[in-house]
Amino acid sequence: MTLKRSLTCAALGALFAGLALPSQAQQLTVVNLGGANGNAQKAAFYEPYTKATGVKIVPVEYNAEQAKIKAMVEAKKVTWDVVEVESPDVVRGCDEGLFEKLDYSKIGSKADFLPAAVTDCGIGIFVWSTVMAYNADRLKTAPTSWADFFDTKKIPGKRGMRKGARYNLEFALIADGVKPADVYKVLATKEGADRAFKKLTELKPHIQWWEAGAQAPQFLVAGDVVLSTVYNGRIDAANREGRNLKIFWPGGIYDLDYWTIPKGAPNKEASMKFIAFSMQADSQAAYARNIPYGPTNTKALAKLDQKVLEHLPTSATNGKEALQFNIGFWADQGESLEKRFASWATQ
Amino acid sequence: MSATLTALDGSNPAALRQALARAEAWRKWRAFGLTLPLLIFLLLTLLVPIAALLMRAVENPEVANALPRTVRALDGWDRKDAPGAPAYAALVQDLAQLPDSSDAGALARRLNTEVPGARSLVMGAYRALPIDGTPEAMREKLLQTDARWGEPPFWRAIAKNGSRWTPDYLLASVDLRRDAQGHVERMPEDQRAFGGILVRTFNISLVVTLLCLLLGYPLAWWLASLPARPANVLMILVLVPFWTSVLVRVAAWMVLLQSEGLINRGLMAMHLIEQPLALLFNRTGVVIAMVHILLPFMILPLYSVMKSVPPTYVRAAVSLGSTPLAAFVRVYVPQTYPGIGAGALLVFILAIGYYVTPALLGGADDQMLSYYVARYTNVEVNWGMACALGALLLAATLVLYGVYRRFSKAELSLG
Repeated sequence: MTLKRSLTCAALGALFAGLALPSQAQQLTVVNLGGANGNAQKAAFYEPYTKATGVKIVPVEYNAEQAKIKAMVEAKKVTWDVVEVESPDVVRGCDEGLFEKLDYSKIGSKADFLPAAVTDCGIGIFVWSTVMAYNADRLKTAPTSWADFFDTKKIPGKRGMRKGARYNLEFALIADGVKPADVYKVLATKEGADRAFKKLTELKPHIQWWEAGAQAPQFLVAGDVVLSTVYNGRIDAANREGRNLKIFWPGGIYDLDYWTIPKGAPNKEASMKFIAFSMQADSQAAYARNIPYGPTNTKALAKLDQKVLEHLPTSATNGKEALQFNIGFWADQGESLEKRFASWATQ
Repeated sequence: MSATLTALDGSNPAALRQALARAEAWRKWRAFGLTLPLLIFLLLTLLVPIAALLMRAVENPEVANALPRTVRALDGWDRKDAPGAPAYAALVQDLAQLPDSSDAGALARRLNTEVPGARSLVMGAYRALPIDGTPEAMREKLLQTDARWGEPPFWRAIAKNGSRWTPDYLLASVDLRRDAQGHVERMPEDQRAFGGILVRTFNISLVVTLLCLLLGYPLAWWLASLPARPANVLMILVLVPFWTSVLVRVAAWMVLLQSEGLINRGLMAMHLIEQPLALLFNRTGVVIAMVHILLPFMILPLYSVMKSVPPTYVRAAVSLGSTPLAAFVRVYVPQTYPGIGAGALLVFILAIGYYVTPALLGGADDQMLSYYVARYTNVEVNWGMACALGALLLAATLVLYGVYRRFSKAELSLG
């Protein structure tokens, strides 16, 4: 290519780039945590939104690495518009100025949402739960309490647990007889943390750790473990493929995932519109039909039939003895407890 | 040109010397010019990031930037009981002067890594602003927002982190910390993690290196002694896995090693075992997969060294009356020491940085140091700690290389 021609090309390219700029709001990059949840979001939020408004949604999957958002915001080169974030990161990120403050006048009435869903920088998209599950085809005697999870005499076999301190310390205390309502009060004290680690030590030789949410149902299906902690939506995804996995609901730990907008994101207005759309009762109900995670818009429940409702962590029966994940506690104590977990695992 | 020609006829030695020097200088500059791109590349991709990493491991700007008055007010404090009212007033003033809530957030994160709970404490005080009145009134107000302001640990954390540079991250990476008076002491038992993890990292790497040597040495020897054609075919068998992505190979091992996987089923079908062996999500799985992945790094240097060992020496030893085994051990093996050294060093250094394989195939007590580097980078977003652990790995690598040079008295050679 001659110099003159390549110059012309560059000029034309620049011209087109210039022309494309105003229409950039026709496209939003929405970042989710992937898996069955990502697919459900695609069906319930992205595709209907594109159909309704013509705005194209580009889905991106990530693993909740806050470092990526921090790096983008600090370099002032934000390419993500809307990001799904786990609960402790909403608090931390908001404190540290990683996220834009949400404008609720554009999103909807705060009264329509669960109280836990409404925060300054993030709005809760759905409620999910970490629960105990087992393979009903393999296990003859079903567990009746969290104490059974830690009792390898009553139910022999390996246990699947998430690699790390989070959730496991709570479950250990519940198994040790602490009422779900008191778990965080006990865990906040030195003696309480000691008690939780002591209980975990009993089970240590029988634990098979999982890290990705998809691993737990795989372990159960393959028979590697007889009981496992698991995200409730993954059980449903496995059962839709013909498995017979069952959930033990009491003592489950429920939590929310949030929409956030990274600070300095290019299409703030358009992003708010997308969030508002996904928070409408209809979108929320559509999401719950795709994956059994509870809607945060309280009006969505009325749109769901009984068959969907009975699998949601927020339903009256399932949520009866559930524990709400304490964001503040883990934002404060998380790093030190995770380090203690690493130390405990070595011993 | 003509000067060179006149110089060449030898009538003017000074001109000859000058022309030579000029030619020499020109050659030097050209050589330098050719290596310049590489030098710049190394500078940008290796030295600058390593320098940044080492900086981050000791950098500590958060408290010094956000709380200059408080740090000054705490100067003469005995660090035993809670400080006096002026410190509270200075803190309130400092917080009120912060340009952005994100500065308060950064401060809260920094203090929280020292004292769990400091995050909510600092953010609570920041949200309670404006607070005014006498220092005494400010103190009362702060204590009302959170009673923990009356406890010394939080104030100690502020006083300790008043300077812009800190040894704390590096100390924490070897399970040490500074106490209230600034003396170095060991971490409390339940917070000691990285020492054990470092030992574990070395252990796994050592086992993997030894296994690679045991498996790789005979194979390399056989390859080196074969004629070129079959040797090339076998070499391809070594290289094809070498070219396959690590992730693919790890996934393949997951399929093979699981309790209903090919290996367990095969062993059960042969009635060698009754129950499936636990090969996955423990040390066994990690070591098997790491040996498989790192084996070519042992075989290739060994092979290239063995290729250059003349076979006549062993034959000569045998013809002089040595047994074949003694000839092999005393004549052949010493000539392959450079290959053993290079292969072992290469495998060991690659192994101590392993991350994906233990993360996918190991349990909670099989994670190596890199796992925690990634964890502190991505999940905790405590980059100081991540950099300190990275610096620890770097130091371990350099020490190893030093030891290698000491013992082999030679530069690292791959054949």
